[in-house]
Amino acid sequence: MRTEFIRRLHKLAEANPDLFLITGDLGFGVLGDFAKKFPRQYLNVGVAEQNMMGVAAGLALEGRRVFVYSIGNFPTLRCLEQIRNDVLYHRLNVKIVAIGGGFSYGQLGFSHHATEDLSILRSFPGMTVVSPGDLWEAAEATEAVFSRPGPCYLRLDKSSAGHTERPGEVFEIGKARQLRDGRDATLIVSGGILELALKAAETLDVEGIHCRVLSAHTVKPLDADALERASRETGGFVTIEEHVIDGGLGGAVAELCLEGRFPPAFFHRIGIRSDYPDVVGSQSFLRARCGMDLKAIRNAVAALVRGKARERGRAERAAK
Amino acid sequence: MDIAAYAKKIRIHALRMTSRGGSSHIASVFSMTDILAVLYGSVLRVDPKNAKWAERDRFILSKGHAGAGIYATLAERGFFPVSQLDTHYQDGSLLSGHVSHKGIPGVEFSTGSLGHGLSVAGGMAYSAKLDGKGHRVFVVLSDGECDEGSNWEAILFAAHHKLDNLVAIVDYNKIQSLASVSETLELEPFADKWKSFGWDVREVAGHDLKALNDTFERLPFSPERPSCVIAHTTKGKGVSFMENSVLWHYRTARGDEFEKALQELEKGAL
Repeated sequence: MRTEFIRRLHKLAEANPDLFLITGDLGFGVLGDFAKKFPRQYLNVGVAEQNMMGVAAGLALEGRRVFVYSIGNFPTLRCLEQIRNDVLYHRLNVKIVAIGGGFSYGQLGFSHHATEDLSILRSFPGMTVVSPGDLWEAAEATEAVFSRPGPCYLRLDKSSAGHTERPGEVFEIGKARQLRDGRDATLIVSGGILELALKAAETLDVEGIHCRVLSAHTVKPLDADALERASRETGGFVTIEEHVIDGGLGGAVAELCLEGRFPPAFFHRIGIRSDYPDVVGSQSFLRARCGMDLKAIRNAVAALVRGKARERGRAERAAK
Repeated sequence: MDIAAYAKKIRIHALRMTSRGGSSHIASVFSMTDILAVLYGSVLRVDPKNAKWAERDRFILSKGHAGAGIYATLAERGFFPVSQLDTHYQDGSLLSGHVSHKGIPGVEFSTGSLGHGLSVAGGMAYSAKLDGKGHRVFVVLSDGECDEGSNWEAILFAAHHKLDNLVAIVDYNKIQSLASVSETLELEPFADKWKSFGWDVREVAGHDLKALNDTFERLPFSPERPSCVIAHTTKGKGVSFMENSVLWHYRTARGDEFEKALQELEKGAL
């Protein structure tokens, strides 16, 4: 996703002299070409994230559209108040890009796990939160957040579902993409873990459980229409995100369904329910440890769908 | 413009605003009033009838808790009606305790949490350099505010990028929220700190209007270096019982205290 991001950024920077990229001393081997090619549109502010976000606000106040690039929690939690007071309150064109969503940097340790960013950033009024699931979405989202007025957060992941786009497909912020259809359950997914959701849906299909898969690349604003349709047309919801279960994608979906009066027949969130891991490991290792690998997703969906079928059977027998 | 008269009006407005509203920080307003009067009275290139004029000098009040002071300064300068000051701190008012730009012409940036203004000003000054523009960016910070580490990030940044179009003015009244600066977190040797970070520093008597004006007229103090003015001020300046008192960081002047403060300001004895 990082490569897709920077490739698209090159194109955008060529066409838009008001595009400006700030890094907090990260991006080795990634930003070098950009820096050489666009020296007047690039700045490494050093390891100083609070100042980084303030400087971004200053540049944006003067009319630039500013990407702020760093990894993990550094461009978000480390300078959260600058995001709130300087960027959001002033409705500035600052686009925050965090590389390493979820457990992308699993082996680097808990400091580099970005696992609360979605819930925290989506709580901010005026913030757009985008977490692409495949490479095409990552590239398109880069352009979409650039074109969208106001503050945006773009969470990029090491893993991805590869390419899931259809010929001629148009990416739109706030519009979930339906990648599979099925009646038994809807898997609502954000981030690179989309790869596992799609595989789980394939496996389940063979077992006779047919899932709709929605790539909810935009966590805020959510696609209410797609969710309402899915609630009406499918058996229930399973949300999947590489993020704590509190307040992220799953929380957002639950809020929308309950307030919108279209609660799904069953609802389950797959995400991190445990404390910070005290061991390190690859992204897939940590997913497995937190109950969100392929097997865990498949089992959770199968149990929910079959449980619902059993309940229905019991109800029908009782009625007779 | 009669700067002394301007400063007097700002103080009286701020006293009335905080008294009516029951808000704090009157002493923080009084310590920086003369700085604001000199800046808006003779130094800053601004146009009250065209607040967003592209070539204006930018001003950020980073010590946003002294909001009443900048509102009064801007209103007296003609950015918005003086009568609007009466709404300060009232339900539904645009004039908050900590300065906010929304709906108020002339307020460049909203602050309130300390340690934000200088970074933003650094970004604005950097942008002006990129675009080859001649305007300057001024920031007023409090001394207690310099406890915030974010300022020191910004101080590094401005020197590294040779932002000689950036001016940081510290309202060094030596008293912060609960106690004196030296009891809380010592800043001295303060000027040396700024110098060692690469800024050109001038220290000035912060209530001497001529000295302030002369100092600002020499900006930038040297090419390719950001300028710092450490203004030695008196917290609560202008009202005898408020001067150099920790109490008046938060206390509101009401009743007799208000009347006495008003009399002293009107007489202008201090």
